[in-house]
Amino acid sequence: MPLAAELAGVSFGYRPGQRVLEDVDLRLGEGEFVAVAGPNGGGKTTLVRILLGLERPSEGRALLYGEPAHRFSRRRTLGYLAQRSVAGGDAPVTVREIVSAGRLAVGGLIGPMRRRDRELVAEAVERVGLATHADAPLHTLSGGMQQRAFIAKALAGEPSLLVLDEPTTGVDAESQESLAGLLLRLHSELGVTIVYVSHEFGAVEHFVQRLVLVRRTIVFDGSPHDLPGVWHDPSHVHARD
Amino acid sequence: MLETEFMRLALGAGAVVGLLAPAVGFFLVQRRQSLVGDGIGHVAFAGVAAGILLDIAPVVTALIAAVLGGIAIEVLRSRGRAAADQALALVFYTGIALGVVLVSVAGALNVDLFQYLFGSILTVTRTDLAIIGALGAVGIATIGLLYRPLAGIAIDEEGARVAGVPIGALNIVTAALAAVTVALSMRVVGILLVAALMVLPVSAASRIAWSMRSTLVLSMAIGLGSALVGLTISYYADLPPGGTIVLVAAAAFVASTLARLASGRD
Repeated sequence: MPLAAELAGVSFGYRPGQRVLEDVDLRLGEGEFVAVAGPNGGGKTTLVRILLGLERPSEGRALLYGEPAHRFSRRRTLGYLAQRSVAGGDAPVTVREIVSAGRLAVGGLIGPMRRRDRELVAEAVERVGLATHADAPLHTLSGGMQQRAFIAKALAGEPSLLVLDEPTTGVDAESQESLAGLLLRLHSELGVTIVYVSHEFGAVEHFVQRLVLVRRTIVFDGSPHDLPGVWHDPSHVHARD
Repeated sequence: MLETEFMRLALGAGAVVGLLAPAVGFFLVQRRQSLVGDGIGHVAFAGVAAGILLDIAPVVTALIAAVLGGIAIEVLRSRGRAAADQALALVFYTGIALGVVLVSVAGALNVDLFQYLFGSILTVTRTDLAIIGALGAVGIATIGLLYRPLAGIAIDEEGARVAGVPIGALNIVTAALAAVTVALSMRVVGILLVAALMVLPVSAASRIAWSMRSTLVLSMAIGLGSALVGLTISYYADLPPGGTIVLVAAAAFVASTLARLASGRD
C-alpha cells in the first residue's frame, strides 16, 4: 500500500531538553482510517502537527506522500480540522461562509468564488447533512452541527488526507456516534485517508481499522480488537455491546 | 453647512475614513487583534514627530513609520519570538517613547503636534482629500479583491496554513492596510482615536448582523454614518470633530446592543 504519511525515529520538544515525543515510528497507508488516541498531554496533537509539516522534528524525519512534510508541494490535498476550531471573533459566521473557506487553497485567492467552487461548497454542506442550515449562523447550531460544518469545510477542499484533531470535544456522546458514522461513510464513499485524533476514542474504535495509542511514544498500534480490555474507552462501552 | 468648502472637504475625508477604518478593523477584530490599530497609531506618532524634526510632511513620515510598525508587530507575532500582546506592547511603547523624545528634540510640543494627536479634519485641503481618496480607494479595492482569503484566515488560520494558503503574505497585507488606515485617519479623528473608528463600528455591526459578510457591510455603513453625523453635530454644536465622530460610533454600539437585547437574540 502506498504511504500517505511516514514518521521515522521522530523525537520532538518545544524547548531544548524537553521530550514531548520520543522515537516515534508510524506509517499511514493511503485510504486508511486511523484513530490516534492517548491521554491529554501525551503528544497526539504534536504528532499530527509534525505529520502535517507544521512542526519539524528535533530528530528523525516526517514524510507526506514521500516528500519532507514541511516542504510538501501539494498542500491543497490536505484537510485539517484543528483542535477547538472556532470561528474568529464576535461576528456571526454562517455554515456556508465556513465551508467556503475550505475552497481557498484550491479555488484561487482573488475575487469572488467561481461557480464550480460554489457547487462543491453546496455539495460538502449537503454531505454532512446541513443543507437546511447553510445560511444559519454557526452559534445558533448545536456543538455537533458546528463540528459538521468544519468537517464540511475540510471536505470542500477535496482532500486526499483528512486530519481531525479532537473533533468531538464538547460534543455529547450521541453526536460523537453520529459523527463517527458520517466519517465512516466519507471514508468508504470518497476513499479519503482519515486520521482521527481523540482522547475519547470510544466513538470510533469500533469503526477504525487501526488504533494508535500515543503516550510520548507509540504504546499500541494495531486493530482495536487486539487492544487490552482495560484500555478501551469506558464512555462508549454501549457502542461495542 | 455644505456651502463652506472646509466642511465639504471634511465630509469627503470623513466619508473615506468612515468606510475604510471599519473595513480594515473588521479583519483585526475577527482575529482578536483589536488593539493593533492603537499600537500602529503610537508608532505613527513617532513618525509625525520625525517629520516635524526633519521638516518633512508628517503624514508621509507617519505613513512610513506606521507601515514599518505594522509589519514589525506581524513579524514578531508570527515568528513566535514574542506573544501577540507582548509584540504589540513592545512596538506600542517604543513608538510612543521615540515620539516623545523626537518631539522634545524638535521643540514641537505645540498646536502642530496636537492636530495629529486629536485630528484636524477642518483643515483638510483639496490635495489632502485627493490623497485620502486615492489611498482609501486602493485600500477598499484591496479588501474587495482579497475578502475571501482574509475572511478565511479569520475563520480558521491553522486549517488555511495546512492547505498551503499564503498566510504570511496575507498577514503582511493586513498590517499594511491597517498602517495606511491609521495614517489617513490621523487627520480625521487623530492618532489617539484611530483605533476606535476601526473597532467600534465592527463591534456595533456584530451585534445585529446575520453573517460575516453582512457584518463587514454594516460596519462600513456604521463607520460612514458615524463620520457624517459626528461632523454635522460638531459643526452645529461647536464640538471637536474627532471626539464627536467616535462618540457617535460608541452610541451606535450601545444602540445595536440594545436592539439585540430587544430582539431576544441573547
